[in-house]
Amino acid sequence: MIRFIRSILVLLLCAAAIPANAAALKVLATTADWGALVKELGGDRVNVYTATSALQDVHRVDAKPSLVARARSADLVVATGAELEIGWLPVLIQESGNSRIQPGSPGYFEVAPQLHLLEVPSKLDRSLGDIHPQGNPHVQLDARNIAVVAKALTQRLAALDPSGAQVYTQRGQDFDTRWQAAIQRWEAKAAPLKGVQVVIMHRDQVYLCHWLGLQELAAIEPKPGVPPTAAYLAQLVNKLSANPPRIIMANAYNDPKAAKWLGERIHAPVVILPFSVGGSAEAKDLFGLFDDTINKLLAVLK
Amino acid sequence: MTSSKLVTALMALGCTMVPAIGQTADDIASLRQELQALKNDYATKVGALEARIQQLETTAAAAAVTQEIPQPPPPAPTPRSASSASAFNPSISAILAGGYVNTSRDPGNWAIGGFIPSGGEVGPGERSFSLGESELALSANVDPYFSATLIAALSAEDEIGIEEAFFRTLALPRGFTAKGGRFFSGLGYLNEVHAHAWDFTDQPLIYQAFFGGQFKQDGLQVKWLAPTDLFIELGAEAGNGDAFPATRRNRNGLNSTTLFAHVGGDIGYSTSWRAGASWIDQRAEDRSFETEDELGQPVIDAFTGKSQTWAVDAVLKWAPNGNSARRQLKIQGEYMYRREDGQLAYDTAGLGLSDAYRSRQSGWYLQGVYQFMPRWRVGLRYDALDSGTSKIALVTAGLLSSDAFPALRSVDPERVSLMLDWNPSEFTRLRAQYDWDDARADGTRDRVFRLQYLYGIGAHGAHKY
Repeated sequence: MIRFIRSILVLLLCAAAIPANAAALKVLATTADWGALVKELGGDRVNVYTATSALQDVHRVDAKPSLVARARSADLVVATGAELEIGWLPVLIQESGNSRIQPGSPGYFEVAPQLHLLEVPSKLDRSLGDIHPQGNPHVQLDARNIAVVAKALTQRLAALDPSGAQVYTQRGQDFDTRWQAAIQRWEAKAAPLKGVQVVIMHRDQVYLCHWLGLQELAAIEPKPGVPPTAAYLAQLVNKLSANPPRIIMANAYNDPKAAKWLGERIHAPVVILPFSVGGSAEAKDLFGLFDDTINKLLAVLK
Repeated sequence: MTSSKLVTALMALGCTMVPAIGQTADDIASLRQELQALKNDYATKVGALEARIQQLETTAAAAAVTQEIPQPPPPAPTPRSASSASAFNPSISAILAGGYVNTSRDPGNWAIGGFIPSGGEVGPGERSFSLGESELALSANVDPYFSATLIAALSAEDEIGIEEAFFRTLALPRGFTAKGGRFFSGLGYLNEVHAHAWDFTDQPLIYQAFFGGQFKQDGLQVKWLAPTDLFIELGAEAGNGDAFPATRRNRNGLNSTTLFAHVGGDIGYSTSWRAGASWIDQRAEDRSFETEDELGQPVIDAFTGKSQTWAVDAVLKWAPNGNSARRQLKIQGEYMYRREDGQLAYDTAGLGLSDAYRSRQSGWYLQGVYQFMPRWRVGLRYDALDSGTSKIALVTAGLLSSDAFPALRSVDPERVSLMLDWNPSEFTRLRAQYDWDDARADGTRDRVFRLQYLYGIGAHGAHKY
């Protein structure tokens, strides 16, 4: 009997704990990276749901019922923008019946407008592949971008949840200090990567190359979003045989077949990078993501 | 450039002319010299600017061609508009569709056996090459409270139809959304899906038999989404009933009501699902249809009465790790049941006999579409209908023989369809489909082979689940 009463009490305590949790700011992040960043900045004050995993192509996601349900109760949507999520996020927002997260509302935050995007096309024509008019949206692998986004996101969190403003500001400063130190550490550690010639898979590794000074020789995709044909791969073999890259970079979500095929022909190692938080066992958070990415790249140079 | 130089020179001249009045010839000469010097100075400066612009243009063009990464400044916040829709223009997109049809039977007299013809665009379509419906879509937010969408269908017969034209609320509280105008009803799963997003070239037989394709009417829809992690959506619609199986009656108020509920969620990262149930309550008044009498002569019959339809639907999608870009399996099925009670009139233009009529009809389909590698999908669909045994009082009373209603004979139409499509990009779909069609009213098997193309241009579309 006492055990029964005790379990009832535990249940009541749990129930009492739910409202406290329900008061947390509900955030729907489109990618694991923005989800991880919001967790860094919000701690216990935020309840984060991540719409996609590192093993998914964020451009090709279904507007799943589970995501519509999360959008319904979200206080804040954190999206990459620059049309990365254009195939599904507008549907979620439209179907959500949630006026707080409509574009233009404080509850809708886009990362891309905070940053300087690379590869803004000078010509908008889909014969050039699946190009994004506002620029390359795969911004997360330049660690300096994360710092910029963190600042803007801290302000947004504080505006949406004023009673926690102090907490966000403090966590934001703390994160910035740790992040700047980490950037210095990563840049020092990745110094041997400067000027190293690489072949990339899709143009989503461009920001990483740009930041670390990796020199991109070619992309396995002939045009963004267009998979390589056998003829194009043969052409790449011809082009790269004389001067093979030191590394062929693929992401956890990519099918590595084409990269491996090319690697065998031109005798270059293929490195599978996590690309996003959760893309490898080591990439548990944003710090882990960059540690692991740089470690994996350095490992093949040895 | 020459004209701007001239303007600058004239302006300089104008400024210098005013104090120059009344000066000596020497002064004028020296002024001329100064002016010439000024002109030369401008010419060189403009020349230098032109050269710089040209240089910038060529480097930009070169960058665009080679897709080389320019060396931009380090990341710095440059606030830009969060919206990509250009300056208040609605987002515009167009879908072009068309193809080729090969049938073994005459598609001109295609009708589903045992079911009252819907008058909709059903059947395999005309033989040989034809242009399908071209779809033109405009949409934008109107203000902070409403968005509006217009989708026009341009038919191959040079007609423009309003596929959908509706407003939708953006700012209702507590998970409510309202939609009004003309729109595809939220019943079932496929009813709301536009033709270009279908997984086969045509609709399943139940949609063709029960709604003449897709059910849409002019009306109002209210949806409510529950604040739960499980997706629970409830919806209600009311409209003028101006679509099969209802008819537009000369009456105020609601003429056709639909209620639906959808539930959905995830099973792990790889699987997602949605299931639903719908109820459609309608009235028909003189819903006439052309058929043949026992001598093969065309007659016009008509139904007046109540029509109620129940539908259940389920969809399941599976992709390893949820990465549908590589492989994906989609399984969907729907079941519909319809009850019609009222009066059936025979030969409305001639004999004009009319008596009680009662039918209980049902049907279902199950289909699977598998994307076995990026860009390639294969699909299999099975359709089945049960026409039931309609109770026609004119026949049971002995006034007419059952042969007077050849279209209402009791049959079980079925069909098997096989599909293969190739999607080189998100904007192109090329498809081949083969049907073994045992649904024809004349009881013969039709073998239908179809090729279809779908091209999307303009704004990048977003599709519902």
